[in-house]
Amino acid sequence: MTEIELLNWARGPGLQIATIIFVAGVVIRIIEILMLGRKPNLAEAKGSEMSAGLKTMVSRTVPDRATFKRSSFTITAGYFFHLGLFITFFLFAPHILLIKDVIGFGWPALPTPVVDAFAVITIISLLAVLVNRLTNKVMRYLTNFGDLLTWFLTLAPLITGYIAFHRIGFTAPTLLAMHILSVELLLVVFPFTKLMHAFTLFLARWYNGAISGYRGVAS
Amino acid sequence: MMKDQSIQDGSPELVTPEARKPDKGTLGEALHRQGVSRRSFMKYFASTASMLALPPAMLPVIARALEQTRRPSVIWMSFQECTGCTESFTRAHTSTLEDLIFNAVSLDYHHTLQAAAGHAAEAAREAAMEENYGEYLLVVDGSIPAGNPGYSTIAGVSNLDMLKETAKGAAAIIAVGTCSTFGGIPQADPNPTGAVSVGDIIKDKPIVNVPGCPPIPVVMTGVLAHFLTFGTLPELDHLGRPKTFYGKSIHDRCYRRPFYDKGLFAETFDDEGAKKGWCLFKLGCKGPTTYNACATVKWNDGTSFPIEAGHPCIGCSEPDFWDGGGFYRALSMPTENIAKTAVYTAAGAAAAGVVLGAMNRAKKRASDKIHIKVTIDDLEK
Amino acid sequence: MSASLDKGINALKQQVDATVAAFFSSCVHCGICAEACLFYTETGDPERTPINKTEPLRRIWKSEYTLMGRLGKLFGLGKKVDDKLLADWETLVYDSCTMCGRCSMVCPVGNDITLMIRKTREGMAAAGHAPEGLIGASKRSVTIGSPMGVKLPALLAQVRHVEEDTGLKVPLDVVGAEYMLLLSSMEIMNFPEFIGAIAKIFDRANVSWTISTEAFEATNSGIQIGVSDIAAELVQRIVDAAEKLRVKTVISPECGHAYMAIRWDGPNLVGKKFGFKVRHVLEVLDDLRQQGRLKTSGMEKGKLTYHDPCQISRRGGVIDEPRRLIDMVSDNFVEMPDHGKMNWCCGAGGGVSANERADEIRLKVFQRKKDQFDAIRPDAIVSACSNCRIHLEDGLEEYNMDIPLLSLTEMIAEHLAGDDRAGAA
Repeated sequence: MTEIELLNWARGPGLQIATIIFVAGVVIRIIEILMLGRKPNLAEAKGSEMSAGLKTMVSRTVPDRATFKRSSFTITAGYFFHLGLFITFFLFAPHILLIKDVIGFGWPALPTPVVDAFAVITIISLLAVLVNRLTNKVMRYLTNFGDLLTWFLTLAPLITGYIAFHRIGFTAPTLLAMHILSVELLLVVFPFTKLMHAFTLFLARWYNGAISGYRGVAS
Repeated sequence: MMKDQSIQDGSPELVTPEARKPDKGTLGEALHRQGVSRRSFMKYFASTASMLALPPAMLPVIARALEQTRRPSVIWMSFQECTGCTESFTRAHTSTLEDLIFNAVSLDYHHTLQAAAGHAAEAAREAAMEENYGEYLLVVDGSIPAGNPGYSTIAGVSNLDMLKETAKGAAAIIAVGTCSTFGGIPQADPNPTGAVSVGDIIKDKPIVNVPGCPPIPVVMTGVLAHFLTFGTLPELDHLGRPKTFYGKSIHDRCYRRPFYDKGLFAETFDDEGAKKGWCLFKLGCKGPTTYNACATVKWNDGTSFPIEAGHPCIGCSEPDFWDGGGFYRALSMPTENIAKTAVYTAAGAAAAGVVLGAMNRAKKRASDKIHIKVTIDDLEK
Repeated sequence: MSASLDKGINALKQQVDATVAAFFSSCVHCGICAEACLFYTETGDPERTPINKTEPLRRIWKSEYTLMGRLGKLFGLGKKVDDKLLADWETLVYDSCTMCGRCSMVCPVGNDITLMIRKTREGMAAAGHAPEGLIGASKRSVTIGSPMGVKLPALLAQVRHVEEDTGLKVPLDVVGAEYMLLLSSMEIMNFPEFIGAIAKIFDRANVSWTISTEAFEATNSGIQIGVSDIAAELVQRIVDAAEKLRVKTVISPECGHAYMAIRWDGPNLVGKKFGFKVRHVLEVLDDLRQQGRLKTSGMEKGKLTYHDPCQISRRGGVIDEPRRLIDMVSDNFVEMPDHGKMNWCCGAGGGVSANERADEIRLKVFQRKKDQFDAIRPDAIVSACSNCRIHLEDGLEEYNMDIPLLSLTEMIAEHLAGDDRAGAA
C-alpha cells in the first residue's frame, strides 16, 4: 500500500470503522447507565432537582478557592490541556471542514498561528499532567494502565497533528495518515475507558446537583 | 533522410530493411543538422543541467557527453491512455528544449507521432527491439488492464503481453504519466478493467516513474537527459520518482503558502478570498500531499499552474488521486459519508443498549428478590 | 451469625443504580477528592482518597452492569470482590470516613462519592465487615432503643431535672401536639440542658409540642453502619409514634446523622411518604423567628464562629438558618475560612465516634479543625450537633485550646426576651 493509499484509507474506511465503534460504544454505555434508573425520592423536597442539576452541570466547572489552592497544579494543568484540546480541535480551519462535513454546519476558525501556538501549549500541558500523575502521591496510587493509555491516546493526535502541519520527519501523506490514524485509534478505544467522562460527566454532575438540590443545597 | 522517407511512405513494400534501421548518428550531429549553433547548444544544456540540479562544473562534461552520445533507441508503448502525456510532451513551441531532446533520441515507435501505421509500425518496433536488444529505452504511458487483458490490445496482442515482451530487452523503463506509474484514472472505483501500473507487472527491470496527469514536459525530458548524459537513471524516491522533480510537495513551494500558514482560505471559487489569491485548501487542494514540480517549474513554459489559475491541485502525480474522495473535498474531510454511518450506528446501538439495559434491570430485580432482610444477628460471620 | 460474602455482593448489586454508574464512568483519577477529605489531608495516606474507598462497589458495577465487565467476567478476567478486599477496606470505609460529603462537592466530574461510600457500607456490613463498635451500637439501638443503651427511665429522670430547673412542664405523649421532638442519646446523657432550652423557647413562643415515650431516639445506627434494613426499622418506630400522636411535624434535634436519617432517608427507607413534616430544630427556631414568635434580648460577648455539622449543613440543607439565629444574639460573628456548605468535618460523624478502633485517627484529623480555629481565634464555637460538640471538645482539650463549645439552641434560650417571666407556669 502506498502512503497515499494509506491516507485515503484512513480518510475513508478507517474513519467509518472508527465511527461505528465510537458511536456504538458511547450510545450503549450511556443507555446502560440511564436504564439502571433511580428510585423515586419520597422525602419532602426542599428545592428543585432539575434546575439544581442543570446549575451544577455548569458550576462544577469552577473549583472553590480552598480546593484550588490544594490542587492548583492538577486543576491548572487540567484546564490548560482541556482548553487546548478544544481550541486545536474545534477552532482549526481544516478540522472545522471535517466537522461541517459530518454535522452539516461549521463556524469561524481561529487564525492558524494561534492554533499552532495552542497546540504547543497543550502538548506541554499534557507532559506536565503526566509528570504530575507520576509524582503526586494520590494520583500515583490511583493510576492504572487505563490512565496511561488514555494519556498516550490523547497526546498522539496532538503530536502527529503538529508534525503533520510542520511536515517534520516523514513525507506529507505519511504524516497526515499517522495523524488521522491516531485519532481513529483514540475513537476506537474511547468508549472502553475513562474518556467516556466527556459525555457521562454531564450525567454525573446533573445527578449530583439534583440530589443536593432536592435537599436545598447548591452543589 | 532515407529513414524519414521510408516512414512517410507507409506502404510496407517500399521500406527496405536498411531503411528500417534506426539512424545511429550522434546527438551533436543531429542538432547540427537542425541548425543549432554551438552557443545555443551550450545554453540548452546549461538549463538541462540546472533542471537536474547538477553543479555548473559539470556543464562541460554534460555537453561533451550529450554531444557524443549516440542516439539511443526509444520505444514508446501506449496502453490504456488518453494521449495526454504525449500532448504534454509535444507542446511545440519554437525550438524548445523538449523538441531538441526529442530529436536526440531515436523514437522508433510511438502511436501518435509515428508516420507508419498497422503492420509497418509493428514491424518497425520489432526491428528496433531486435537491433538494440538490451539497450533500448522503453517508455510506457497508459495503464495495463490486468482484469481482462482483452480490454486493450494492439494488433491483437494484449497490453499485458506486449509490455512483458517489450520489457524483456529494455535497458530501463520510463513509466510516463500517472496511468503507467500508479494505475491512473482507469483504476478509479470500480476499476472495471482491472487497471494496473507498469511496476505492478514488471519486477525485474529498473523503472523510473514520471507521474503527473499529464507530467510536466521538462520533467520527462529531464529524465531522458539524465539518462543520455550519465547512462544511468536519476536518484529516485520511495515511489520510484526522480527526486529532482518530485522531492518537494506543491505545498512546500506554493506561492500561496503564507495564506495557508495564516489561515486565510478561499471559501468559494469567486469570493473575496479567491480574488485575493488566498489558499485553496478548503476548495480541495491536494498540494500538501502532492509531490511534483508544478509550483516551481510550472506549465506552458513557466506560464502558470493550476493553483495560480485559481483551481486547487488535484494531486495528479500521486497514486489514488482518483479515489481520494473528490477533487473538491479538502484533505481534512472524510472521503465517505460519515454522518450516515453515525446515524445508523446510533440507531442500532440504541437498540443494543436497550437490550443490555433491560438485562441490567433484570439483574437488579433478581438481586432485590433474593435479598434477605439484614437484622442485627446478620452483622457478623 | 449469618453475614456472608454472597450477601455482601448481592447488597452491592442492589446498590448500583444510574447515579452510581454515571459516577464510576466519569472518574478520571484526578485525586482532587483526596484534597477535600480531612482523613487524607491530615494523614497523607493516599489509600484514604475518597474514590478509592468505593472500590468494592466499583468492582461490582463493572463486572455486573457493563458490557465489557460482563464479558471480562465470563473469561475470568476483571477484579473480584472477596473477603480479603472487604477486610482491607474496612478501615477505609468506616474508620476513615464520616460521610461528610466534602468530596462530593469538589469532584470536577460531579461524582457524589459520599453516596457511593454509603452504598459500599451496605455490602461491607452484610458481608460481616462492619466495625465492632457499630455492630454493638446497632444491636443496642434495635433491642434497647438507643445506641448508647439509654432506656426510658433514664430519659424520664433527665426530664424531671429539666422540669425542676426551668419550672416548666415537658409534655409527654400529647396527642394532637403540633411538634414531636426527638432526642439523641448523646443529648439526653451529656447535654440535657438542650431539653430545658427547648422547653423555654417553646413555652415563650407558645408552641404545642411533645416527646413520645415510645420513640424518642433520634440517632439512627442503621445509617451509620450502612444497613438500610436496620435503619428502616428504627425510622418506622418514629413514624408509628408520630402517627399515633397525630403530630404535624417531627423535630430532629442537634444531632447530625439523625437529621439525614429521618428527614431525607426516612421515607425512602420505609418505602412510604410521611404523613407529617420533618424539620431540624434550627429550622423550627428560624420559622419562629420569622413569625415574630422568637424574641431575644442582649448580645453574646466575644467573637463567635459557627461549625457547620456536615449532615445538617452540606448534606442537610440547613445552612442559613443557624446564621440568622446567631445574628439575633451576636454582633461579633466571624466565619471560618471554608464555612457554610464547604466547612470541614469535625471528624467524628458517620459512626466514627462509635468506633473505638478509630479513636486515634479521629483525634489526628482534628488538626484540620484546629487550623480553622487558629485562623480566626474565636472566643466561642457555636454548633448544632452534640456529636460534633463532644468530639471538638475532646480535640480542643488534646491541643490545650480553651475555647468553649456552645449549642445554638441553648444559646438562643439563654437570650430569650423577658427572661424574668421564665418562672411563670
